[in-house]
Amino acid sequence: MERVAIIGASMTQFGQREEWIRDLLAEAGIACLDDAGVSPDAVEHLYVSNMASGEFEGQTGVPNALAHDLSAVPAYTARIDQTSSSGGAGVYAAWQSIASGASEMTLLVGGEKMTHRTTAEATDVIASLTHPVEYKHGLTLPSFAGLTARHYLDKYDAPRESLGKVAVKNHRNGVDNPHAQFQKEVDLDTVLESPIVADPLRLYDFCPITDGSAALLLCPESVAREYTDEYAVISGIGGATDTHVVHERADPTTMGGVVNSSEQAYEMADIGPEDVDVAELHDMFTILEFLQSEDLGFFEKGEGWKAVEEGVTDRDGELPINTSGGLKSKGHPLGASGVAQVYESYKQVVGDAGPRQVDAETALACNVGGFGNCVTTTILEGQL
Amino acid sequence: MSDESTAHDATDGHEMEAYRYPDGSITYPGHPLGPGGQEPTGTVDLSDHVAEVVTWTTSTATPPGVRQPNTVAIVEFDVDGEPVRAIGQVTTDGVEIGDEVRPVYCEELRDPDAGIREAESQEWDGFRFEPVE
Repeated sequence: MERVAIIGASMTQFGQREEWIRDLLAEAGIACLDDAGVSPDAVEHLYVSNMASGEFEGQTGVPNALAHDLSAVPAYTARIDQTSSSGGAGVYAAWQSIASGASEMTLLVGGEKMTHRTTAEATDVIASLTHPVEYKHGLTLPSFAGLTARHYLDKYDAPRESLGKVAVKNHRNGVDNPHAQFQKEVDLDTVLESPIVADPLRLYDFCPITDGSAALLLCPESVAREYTDEYAVISGIGGATDTHVVHERADPTTMGGVVNSSEQAYEMADIGPEDVDVAELHDMFTILEFLQSEDLGFFEKGEGWKAVEEGVTDRDGELPINTSGGLKSKGHPLGASGVAQVYESYKQVVGDAGPRQVDAETALACNVGGFGNCVTTTILEGQL
Repeated sequence: MSDESTAHDATDGHEMEAYRYPDGSITYPGHPLGPGGQEPTGTVDLSDHVAEVVTWTTSTATPPGVRQPNTVAIVEFDVDGEPVRAIGQVTTDGVEIGDEVRPVYCEELRDPDAGIREAESQEWDGFRFEPVE
């Protein structure tokens, strides 16, 4: 099996954008090809990670549209929809295309256009992934977060403030990310006094609704040096599911998809969680950073909150988490987020993360769809 | 499949149907295949059982057609020693972890015509959970 290299990466400004999905995807795609100095006619496979351009905008067929807009025709193309983990699933598909030998040059672009919808409408589009039994009761992703947060705080006797400190940390990191939707710090009092959204979680426990896109260019490692002196290798990758019906999980505080996908990724990379230098986790809600950091094996079950309290996951901590600002401050354009997580990981391991740079040879990105329903874990190693 | 249940008066004759599988486990909702890929062997009506609140939340940012605020809970039934979890709206916002609740039938849990999902694609009635006094 071919080792797969990432030789180019891009992400657009995340936030409220005037552009629609086609233009957002093209913006990241062009920037990524420019980053690697690769011509669009070299692209053999083109994947688009996108959850719901049809539902949000009435625009379907985006992969073919992008192939045309990038002048990449006749590249093979496909849309990858795995809800909020469409980006991670796109990384998996792009990796497969190179590893299998089906493609010698694969471009992955993830994007979503959401902010033209009201919060209620966007919430409903996302909630449409739920089981009918959940949907008819008005269950939303934020309400799952509220249910899980209350259970976690009660089960592990964790203070409510620890969740707020995730938001504070990730907003602090986002200040140094020029692409982030929010480039401003928030203090703990602001988080804890913000309006309740899904009790006990408040507004600042949630990521915003966002427009944006991100892209990666992949090729076999055997030819990577023809394009660049510095690249990253996907040394490990795994994908897994958990139950569609969230309440059927034995332990509401464990995301089986995170456990299983990371076990696959660690085994492939021949490393353990202790070897990870920096991680991008799917902090769509603050509680998710606790669950993932535990289910990835970084911390014991029920101990993730202590790591945040003790500064272990700060940018200058032992294991920096979400140096990009995470979904919390960077924003969460659904199909783009998993790609943008790997963009940050790539920047970290090739030493190009600017003021966000930490000492990192190995980075991990964990992209979660639904409420842990689908997960992709990707491990990158820098090759300098 | 056989129906092991009897209807409860407070449920207006409606059943909260869970599936039982060969290994003894029960799920709500049911699935075509259960643990080990086995087909269900029967149904269980949860509406005549009481449950305990595992966790709850009150959502204030509700989507179109959903009551606001919307208090929902994950609850756990004990069916002859077999735990069965369910999720649903709560009739009051005065609920706590560990509270005992019972299912109460509701003809329409949200407005079928207000959300993104096709109204004809699913049922909109079901059971809310009411604290047992």
